[in-house]
Amino acid sequence: MAEKQIGTWAVKVGLAQMLKGGVIMDVTNAEQAKIAEDAGACAVMALERVPADIRREGGVARMADPTKISEIMEAVSIPVMAKARIGHFVEAQVLEALGVDYIDESEVLTPADEENHINKNDFNVPFVCGCRNLGEALRRIGEGAAMIRTKGEAGTGDIVEAVRHARAVFGEIRRIQNMRPEELMHVAKELGAPYELLKETAELGRLPVVNFAAGGIATPADAALMMQLGVDGVFVGSGIFKSADPAPRAKAIVEATTHFNDPDIIARVSRGLGIPMAGLAVKQIPEKELLAVRGW
Amino acid sequence: MLKRIGVDAVEIRKAEQLAGLDGLIMPGGESTTFAKLAVEFKLLEPLRAFCKSGKPVWGTCAGMIFLAKDIGRAQPTLELMDVKVKRNAFGRQVDSFEIDLDIPALNAIENGSGKPAPFHAIFIRAPLIESVGKGVEVLAKLDDGTIIAARQGNLLATSFHPELTRDVRMHRYFLGLAK
Repeated sequence: MAEKQIGTWAVKVGLAQMLKGGVIMDVTNAEQAKIAEDAGACAVMALERVPADIRREGGVARMADPTKISEIMEAVSIPVMAKARIGHFVEAQVLEALGVDYIDESEVLTPADEENHINKNDFNVPFVCGCRNLGEALRRIGEGAAMIRTKGEAGTGDIVEAVRHARAVFGEIRRIQNMRPEELMHVAKELGAPYELLKETAELGRLPVVNFAAGGIATPADAALMMQLGVDGVFVGSGIFKSADPAPRAKAIVEATTHFNDPDIIARVSRGLGIPMAGLAVKQIPEKELLAVRGW
Repeated sequence: MLKRIGVDAVEIRKAEQLAGLDGLIMPGGESTTFAKLAVEFKLLEPLRAFCKSGKPVWGTCAGMIFLAKDIGRAQPTLELMDVKVKRNAFGRQVDSFEIDLDIPALNAIENGSGKPAPFHAIFIRAPLIESVGKGVEVLAKLDDGTIIAARQGNLLATSFHPELTRDVRMHRYFLGLAK
């Protein structure tokens, strides 16, 4: 029999395939991780502070303390993801050494490099990266991201940016599907996207990797909205543990994501969940405080 | 994949959708999520009835866990296949791997080249089969003897994900269970 090969593209994109249709929840300790797993999360994201707190407290946001990440990994049996700063490949090396299952190179943390992202092909652990449009998504895949999430505006509980970014990606894909092959090079130049990946996307009619939505999802209906727009699954950050009663809300968001096309079920699971996170309308945030514009 | 070999496929989320199917594939995913949704949406009994009808049912990875009688932890499964399964048996994602397997049961299935070829298998945070009961046929093992595919009557279980490759032989083998 042949030798085992690890860290291949197939196993990196394969794990993302297994998360499809699911909900990935931000957690800051072992107790929250257990609540997320019990609610049916398909993975958790380990971090020091949820985005709403990062936004409120300010300062530099970094990779979480390894002790905290290890505690979360020991507490649950589902995959554990963790965030590294954009371009901070040593934080990524540390997370790989800890054995996390996926790294999120995330705009929610303070960027470490204002031009370059991490060369994700150097790692055995897979990466997920954020995007606001097709060009950004394909640049990240070009660097080795095995999963994409539309960014939205993290820590707001306002879905408007998540919708904007998902519509931008899907709209651009529909546009290139109708193009003649010779027109794609011009679009590649215009979007700043690698030509081969753009061509593959046009042929597939979707991104070549799994594409989740993130940033602003606070209710079961928000999650189902993103699913109906065409994403493969959702990340919920502050939306769960900044709400009045996290456990039932987490479970309801999982159920609404599974049954995203069934309004009767979404109505049923949305009942009596208590007060959602207070939220912050994106329109009222000063431009220099927006997180989604980080990433190049 | 099923479309490529001329089979119509639909996604199943609710019990009433099981009516009229000729077979069922329970794919990979997170098995704890599977179990919770199956209980919440009352799918366990309808799925058990479907499996007992004799129609072919195939579980890959999390689907294999879901078919097993014993998974060594308190997590609901269909408890139909007489196997003991261990979850996340190979480690975390950085230990996920690809490998070529010899699967004798596939040798009779046409693969385009006319002669037996290894099956390229992808294992993602995969489970393994620790032991099998009577009536369970072992279909594939790793070099160290680890059982990674088995069949019991109309029930088929694989630790790996043929749906992530281009090789249709495992799917053809599954369709063969319908006869």
